[in-house]
Amino acid sequence: MAFLFNSFLDWKAYSVAHSMELYDVVLEYEQDHKGQSAEEIMKGILRAYQVMCDAVKTGLNEEMKSRSGMINDGAKKVFQSPITVLSPEFQKLVARALAAKEVNSCMGRIVAAPTAGASGILPGTLVTLQEIHQLPDSVMVNALLLSAGIALIIQEKASLAGAVGGCQAETGSAAAMAAGAITFALGGTVDQQFNAVGITIQCMLGLVCDPVAGLVEVPCVVRNASAAAIANASAQMALAGLDPVIPVDQCVEAMGEIGQSMETRYKETALGGLAATRTGQEIAKKVLIQDIDILPDED
Amino acid sequence: MAKQSSIFNMIGPVMIGPSSSHTAGVVRIGRVAIRLLGVIPEQAVITFYNSFARTYEGHGSDRAILAGLMDFKTDDKRIKESLQLAKELPLHYIFKSVGNASTLHPNTIKLELKKNDKQIEVIGESLGGGVINIAEVDGFVTNFSASLHSLLIMAEDVKGSIAFIANVISNDQCNIANMSVSRKGKNKMACLAIEMDSGIKPTTLMYLKALHWVNEVIYVPDIDL
Ligand code: SF4
Repeated sequence: MAFLFNSFLDWKAYSVAHSMELYDVVLEYEQDHKGQSAEEIMKGILRAYQVMCDAVKTGLNEEMKSRSGMINDGAKKVFQSPITVLSPEFQKLVARALAAKEVNSCMGRIVAAPTAGASGILPGTLVTLQEIHQLPDSVMVNALLLSAGIALIIQEKASLAGAVGGCQAETGSAAAMAAGAITFALGGTVDQQFNAVGITIQCMLGLVCDPVAGLVEVPCVVRNASAAAIANASAQMALAGLDPVIPVDQCVEAMGEIGQSMETRYKETALGGLAATRTGQEIAKKVLIQDIDILPDED
Repeated sequence: MAKQSSIFNMIGPVMIGPSSSHTAGVVRIGRVAIRLLGVIPEQAVITFYNSFARTYEGHGSDRAILAGLMDFKTDDKRIKESLQLAKELPLHYIFKSVGNASTLHPNTIKLELKKNDKQIEVIGESLGGGVINIAEVDGFVTNFSASLHSLLIMAEDVKGSIAFIANVISNDQCNIANMSVSRKGKNKMACLAIEMDSGIKPTTLMYLKALHWVNEVIYVPDIDL
């Protein structure tokens, strides 16, 4: 029986006991689960990665304007900006995460990883990582397999849905997946990979889901860029040997606990936070359909 | 094991944005509905309820449902242009919005579809993550997810009919994952919604259709293929 993704501790123990890489444990799980061959699974992951790369390109090359008007070619603006705040690589990272996410908001093709709301984070980080370090696709596939294992555990112990756990569950989880993937791809140890996940979660804890007018646009798009930056910062720390002190499993549990106690107005209901601001409500009034029939009370 | 997700739900699905419940799930409801009708409709009255009533335009659910009705898949880039493509077909559509339908799921769509002498009414719910529930078909409570192979059978509610049908299906080596029965009307019609792990043989379908107490058999194979 293949390993069930219930904790990071067990994942590591299983991989040591069976002399398997972490990503091989994920591969075995999926073979067992879906009855697909390892080749088919890796092909599927590679295809997903290609869709991510395409989304980045599309977002940087085609017009990205959403029907609400809130998305207006932000990625291109960043990519072409003459002002470089840190380095050209950082500028590209931010632009790419925005690009893929803007494609999502504008009804283009993306990979929900783990959700559509967070669909810019893995594309932004992985495309940039591959470019800077000249990594082969095979490494990217293994990195994505690893990140899928991370997501499975977060889903099991906490949640991946904004409506259940707030935005920490969506963009937070995607950033954690990305941080683990980066740390793996750059040769980090298993502990360092898990530390990168734990650090990222520590950085993203508590983030509420408060989309303006209920649309997956503001603040979702900019949060994809900031989450991509946090994933890189976390990988940098983990690879240097920084110890997050709280073990990764307990970080995920904290995320679950915070998600549970979060009020419903911060869970995708568009009733709190940015959605409830004056401007947020004005926008909602403008973009939401007002002409609706209201049924008479049933009793 | 079956409880845990596939890794292709973690890295995936590949889909058209912006959200799995507003686009992917809605496309899938449309894809089920045309299989129930048996053809791409010429006319569609589409009602969005509750949360969908206000947000369907902003989230592109109007385009998603038309795309599904034209048999586009959830990752088809043409979804974005489906309003225009429907006009060209032509598939005449009307959108309606109804709030506070308290007995319905927050993300509910009702489809009234027509082509020539064929027509059908389908109520679908988008549950999140692209998962759907087909709640009603022509007034019968059906509650199936269409994630597997599904079978709808409208039959006279004669004694032993359900057990008989279940038997026929298992004789075809089909594993029944789920079955629900709903009854309606004075003449005691029953509707069986059956979800099976694998596809059913054409001969088995023909046999079921030939039974004199069976009025209609609709087979919906895996809609994502
Ligand atoms: S704010 Fe909500 S809808 Fe937007 S990305 Fe975060 S969880 Fe998703």
